Amino acid sequence: MVDITHYLVLSTIVFSIGVVGVLTRRNVIIILMSIELMLNSVNLNLVAFSDQLQDPSGQVFAIFVITVAAAEAAVGLGIIIALFRNKETVNVDEIDLMRG
Amino acid sequence: MTLIVFYGLAATAVTAAILVVLMSRVVYSALALIVCFGATAGLFFQLGAQFIAAVQVIVYAGAIMVLFLFVIMLLDPASEVFLPSRLKRVPVFALACAVLFTLVLLEAADRWAAAQVFTDSIAGTERSSGPGGEIETLAHSLFRDYLLPFEVTSILILVAVLGAVVLTRQHHETE
Repeated sequence: MVDITHYLVLSTIVFSIGVVGVLTRRNVIIILMSIELMLNSVNLNLVAFSDQLQDPSGQVFAIFVITVAAAEAAVGLGIIIALFRNKETVNVDEIDLMRG
Repeated sequence: MTLIVFYGLAATAVTAAILVVLMSRVVYSALALIVCFGATAGLFFQLGAQFIAAVQVIVYAGAIMVLFLFVIMLLDPASEVFLPSRLKRVPVFALACAVLFTLVLLEAADRWAAAQVFTDSIAGTERSSGPGGEIETLAHSLFRDYLLPFEVTSILILVAVLGAVVLTRQHHETE
């Protein structure tokens, strides 16, 4: 039986790596993938606590998170394609369509 | 045994996550992300959440990552020119996948052996994480307590599909 702190530490590490990816990378596709990484680490937390408390609600919420992640990926990638069609770039530094 | 498998899967997940952020090529990031999702699926399996592990592999590592790879294929063909460097990294990913599968299989064998011992020793007592029992309790929770959020999720998916179609559609000049 692995202690729940192990999962929490692992989840924290992966989440931090995802945050670093969102903040440091300039490619918008990699930023979207880093967000998926963060959502994944949250899922790990939910399932770990579901196991710890013997309550299936955590797993239900993990399913909802996966669903929202799928919807987010579909819409996000659609936006990336539309952006690339207009600006010919995936670099977030060059995307300033909403600058006033 | 369980702890060794945990550390193996955790190390794989963290290494793959670091590679997602550090890789210069988007395709390598996507492949590393698939490895990370696979390792997380193994961890879910270890936690007794077999259904979440399966959904993780099918939806995350399958559907979402294929979507990502398709977009990368559509948008970024110009940076795919260095064939030698691409071939050099194939063994690394192959090794990562092999290690991952070995760990998952070890864990599965361990669980199975534990379940055998358990059913042999205590026959007749209820336990939620037995074979099939976990998914049953999950289904009861999902379709009874969380039925309304579950149905609302379908609307969310519908909106996302429509949004993706509208966003990616070619705008024709109709004047």
